[in-house]
Amino acid sequence: MAPHTEQLTRPAVRLRGLTRSFEGRTVLDGVDLDLPAGQFTALLGHSGSGKSTLLRAIAGIDHGVAGSGTLTAPERVSVVFQDSRLLPWRRVLPNVLLGLDGEDAEERGRAALAEVGLGGRERAWPTELSGGEQQRAALARSLVREPELLLADEPFGALDALTRIKMHALLRRLWERHRPSVLLVTHDVDEAIVLADRVLVLEDGRIGLDLTVDRDGPHAHGGYRTQLLKALGVSEDAP
Amino acid sequence: MTTTTTAPAPPAAVAEEHQVRRRRRLSPGKRLPATRITGPLLVLALWAAASATGRLDPGAIPAPWTVVETGIRLWTEGTLPRDVLTSLQRAGAGFAIGLTAGIVLALASGLSRIGEALIDGSVQLNRAVPTLGLIPLFILWLGIGETFKIAIIAIVVYVPIYLNTHAALSGIDHRFVELAEVQGLSRFAFVRQVVVPGALPGFFVGLRLGVTGSWLGLVVLEQINATSGLGYMMFQAQNYGQTDVILVGLVVYGLFGLVSDTAVRAIERRVLSWRRTLSS
Ligand SMILES: Nc1ncnc2c1ncn2[C@@H]1O[C@H](COP(=O)(O)OP(=O)(O)OP(=O)(O)O)[C@@H](O)[C@H]1O
Ligand SMILES: [Mg+2]
Repeated sequence: MAPHTEQLTRPAVRLRGLTRSFEGRTVLDGVDLDLPAGQFTALLGHSGSGKSTLLRAIAGIDHGVAGSGTLTAPERVSVVFQDSRLLPWRRVLPNVLLGLDGEDAEERGRAALAEVGLGGRERAWPTELSGGEQQRAALARSLVREPELLLADEPFGALDALTRIKMHALLRRLWERHRPSVLLVTHDVDEAIVLADRVLVLEDGRIGLDLTVDRDGPHAHGGYRTQLLKALGVSEDAP
Repeated sequence: MTTTTTAPAPPAAVAEEHQVRRRRRLSPGKRLPATRITGPLLVLALWAAASATGRLDPGAIPAPWTVVETGIRLWTEGTLPRDVLTSLQRAGAGFAIGLTAGIVLALASGLSRIGEALIDGSVQLNRAVPTLGLIPLFILWLGIGETFKIAIIAIVVYVPIYLNTHAALSGIDHRFVELAEVQGLSRFAFVRQVVVPGALPGFFVGLRLGVTGSWLGLVVLEQINATSGLGYMMFQAQNYGQTDVILVGLVVYGLFGLVSDTAVRAIERRVLSWRRTLSS
């Protein structure tokens, strides 16, 4: 079983028979899924397999998309998009505070920025930040709300390899500290194995593979990799 | 946890030690000081030179100093201040009404489908009719007093403000709307923090067109239906062949335009300081 079993008692997200279709073309075809509270889950799948569609359904922002099924999600949900989506007319701190109120909001925003290594950049304009810094600011914006569920749609897709590795470590560290449930959409198999405790593969509109990554167990990274690539229908070039 | 290095470090950039070549810059570069008045000053200098050397017929185009003298005389006699005030009041009232109407209608039509159905088509229709062509009708409706002049100026002003603000409102990036939903913004907070700042660049385009339009409307109205104001002054001067007085009127109109446009630009630069465009 995955670690932190004691936290996995109540599911944070519960999907039953979730379907979504665009103009008669079914993209999600009866997805059943439970995401336990505090679990870090990665979602893999081919381009166009419906990963973003599933994530947007859980986030509740898929207005006007035809579909059925039941969906339970927590009250406090944060989303990190592939682009940082910082409002260009607000400085960094006000961007982090978007939608947050309360007396201590500013203090919490500063703390969140410091946590992602952007302390001191509160008054910068988004365009003055590098791509990685913008994405870190976006991460701070979603964490400051103390979400029970963090949805991330290829949040590192636009970053270079080195920045990505640093962001992986940062995200894992933040998750360990705040313990939200995480659903991370990615098309990078290695990213999924490195970060997540559980890896799902979306295939033909359903969860085709549900793999638990045992970090402390005997299985090596390579074993999971082979299994996932096989599920994705890709053969490894080198043995 | 285990961290695997999946990607090799990118090759270090080869430093060119002898000379750093920069790319040709495509933006026009730093602003020259006082650029805006360089052109007008040049024209003025040419005009003065031509008058001094006697190349201009003083009856058709009087010398700059004659215009200045006439201006000072009209000002001290008290007729010019009165005419300027009358014109400013007209333009100001029309502009204020047009500005308010443009903003309110754009918001109503950009933020609700019902508003759009009711408003947008009507404004597009209104825009198709040249506003100055409405003058005869408005005189019959409102009489030849101040009301009809203010109404015409208001229409000239509201159309560009509405069109540009509405276009900017409907062009707001859908991704930001999604973000606002995710962040749980209320409708009011969404309008205040996303819609309004996002639409401001378009609004300022409309505002500058509106300012220009208000002066244009003023000139036309005062020259065809003048009983007072700057245009009236110029109309009278035409009857008596006083080109210097006409030029004084034109200079004052020009100053109105220049000052108001500069003010709008200054506000725009302050409000849109986050924008780093070609002209910054
Ligand atoms: N708004 C839309 N209108 C029509 N079709 C859509 C819409 N959004 C998504 N689709 C279709 O649904 C399918 C799934 O799209 P989705 O964005 O969920 O894929 P994805 O798994 O996230 O792909 P990627 O890895 O490339 O991001 C695609 O075939 C896409 O064309
Ligand atoms: Mg996607």
